[in-house]
Amino acid sequence: MAVIRDVMPAFDLLQPSSVVDAQKLLQQHGADAWVMAGGLDSFDWLKDRIKKPKVLVDLSGIEELKGVRATSDGIEIGSMTTLTAIVNDPIIKQRYGLLAQGAELVASPQIRNQGTIGGNVSQDTRCWYYRAGWPCYRAGGNMCYADTPEGRNREHAILYADRCVAVNPSDCAPALIALNAKFVMRTPKGERVVDAEDYFIGPEIDITRLHILKPGDLLTAIRIPSTWAGAQFYFEKVRDRNVWDFPLLNVASAMVVSNGSIERIRIAVNGAAARPLRLKTVEDAVRGKPPNAATGEMAGKLAVDGAVPLQFNAYKIPLMRNLVKRAIGGVQEPTWAS
Amino acid sequence: MGFLEWATSPWGQRVPIHIAWFLIWVAAIAGLLFLMVHATYVRYFVKHKEFAGNVSPLIAARIPAHVPRHSLTARLFHWIMAAAMFTLLFTAFLPKVGVQFDWVTYHWIAGSVLTVSILFHIIHASFFMDFWSIWPDRIDMRDARRRILRFVGKAAPPPDRFAKYPLENKLYHGAIIAAGLSSIVTGVFMMFRVRTIFFPRNPYLFSDMTWGMMYVLHGLAGVGLIALIMMHVYFGLRPEKRAITKSMIFGWMSRDFYLKEHDPARWPVEASSSSSPTRSQGAEPEGLTDAG
Repeated sequence: MAVIRDVMPAFDLLQPSSVVDAQKLLQQHGADAWVMAGGLDSFDWLKDRIKKPKVLVDLSGIEELKGVRATSDGIEIGSMTTLTAIVNDPIIKQRYGLLAQGAELVASPQIRNQGTIGGNVSQDTRCWYYRAGWPCYRAGGNMCYADTPEGRNREHAILYADRCVAVNPSDCAPALIALNAKFVMRTPKGERVVDAEDYFIGPEIDITRLHILKPGDLLTAIRIPSTWAGAQFYFEKVRDRNVWDFPLLNVASAMVVSNGSIERIRIAVNGAAARPLRLKTVEDAVRGKPPNAATGEMAGKLAVDGAVPLQFNAYKIPLMRNLVKRAIGGVQEPTWAS
Repeated sequence: MGFLEWATSPWGQRVPIHIAWFLIWVAAIAGLLFLMVHATYVRYFVKHKEFAGNVSPLIAARIPAHVPRHSLTARLFHWIMAAAMFTLLFTAFLPKVGVQFDWVTYHWIAGSVLTVSILFHIIHASFFMDFWSIWPDRIDMRDARRRILRFVGKAAPPPDRFAKYPLENKLYHGAIIAAGLSSIVTGVFMMFRVRTIFFPRNPYLFSDMTWGMMYVLHGLAGVGLIALIMMHVYFGLRPEKRAITKSMIFGWMSRDFYLKEHDPARWPVEASSSSSPTRSQGAEPEGLTDAG
């Protein structure tokens, strides 16, 4: 159904130069407005003519949303900071390398030059039934075309599916959850700061969105506290091709090891559900244990507890189990990098 | 602004997908308006109820102080159904008006409880209760006509006292049957679209058009129930109906209320002084009221 027509439907292009102006415009136009960051997700929707907003608010001219700033307790990243800037930022590379690893594995260099951290964590799902414009649950309908006996669901959810089985495709999201990042939003009621894991929502809460941003809201920054600076990080992304592809699954962990045992750990996976999953049960189970293969094995099994495969994605269960195992117990073989 | 939401199926067919959600507010406002109009009418315009004849003192003396109205089983059914119905309404519509929570599981569990309780009620009412007591009869129809004529100022004899249930109760019960059974039957089929413990998912059970109509009917019945439940709660709280509400809690109503509103000939109860009833079930009423 979806045919790229190249000519986008007509809309009013609004290009605010400040957060205040952007917020005014978003509140003024509400659900009629489409917020565009890097444009990589947006142009797909618009050129396919699946989304037809009346106005498009382009955030690219807002300088205050760009850049990485040191704060008294860590760093603050403007939501319009490009992924390339994050990958190359010396503080991030040195202290919060987990995010740099995740950002570097996003798509391709050209896309990272244009794509932003705010856009990466707020992008929509890649479920092709949904993106093709079919009237599925996520599009406001009453059907999940992927969760049918013949549905092409190799990339879809194995955990927390609720009518819709789409997954979140972000690579930066699990890294930010593992780093205990805070997302800063401007809403009509004022500034709102939430934990990274609370920024994302599953279909059981709202089947039409992957995150808590509502019409009129704007993600302005992401704050990373110094709590996990310099910890032992692990990021691994598995995809069908090793460049320019979305994750089938990814895992991010931040771990502090003391006297041969895990003192603190945060671990998250994405691509398994409609929201990136922080694996709290795993964190609790491995705390105090040595970061070795046996602990990893146990953690991997725990991570996939309750997983329900669809017709074509059962492979995700052993894959997730092994990714979690490797994140905790380490790997012998080198990982890929683009 | 249509009453239904439509979409194009993958096969190019235009199909309904559900009701337009503004109908939630239409139902809520309609229910509220009804309450306001009724409360105003009762406060300022209602006339004293007049019934034909008086209950014979002989009969009145044999009525027990506590007239049994609802058995424990019937009361349990009612309150289980009420809890399930409220859960269904809140889980269905709160997310649509912005209160977001994990509602689907609670919704189908409550729906399952309601379905089982309704099935029980159908069997219980059909075989263990006076099945016809909740259905309008010829006297109800005659008295409704009389009440309307008297309301508009025309000459008509006063109506008889009520049987076990006034006509309004019976009509309300009918409306609840229509809305409730519509939502239950469609809801049971809709459970084939989500993961439950009851059946394997089968989204292909019906065509897209049939599924769409099912969602629409479920939605219409649901918003209808918003107004119906509002009315039910309102009447349950009204002072003049309190005796009826209390009877749904304690199982009985007072002899005074019974004699004031109900006709022992149409709703016979056990006599207090002996084991013989005022009238055996199904026997012709005779000499129970003065012609007045």
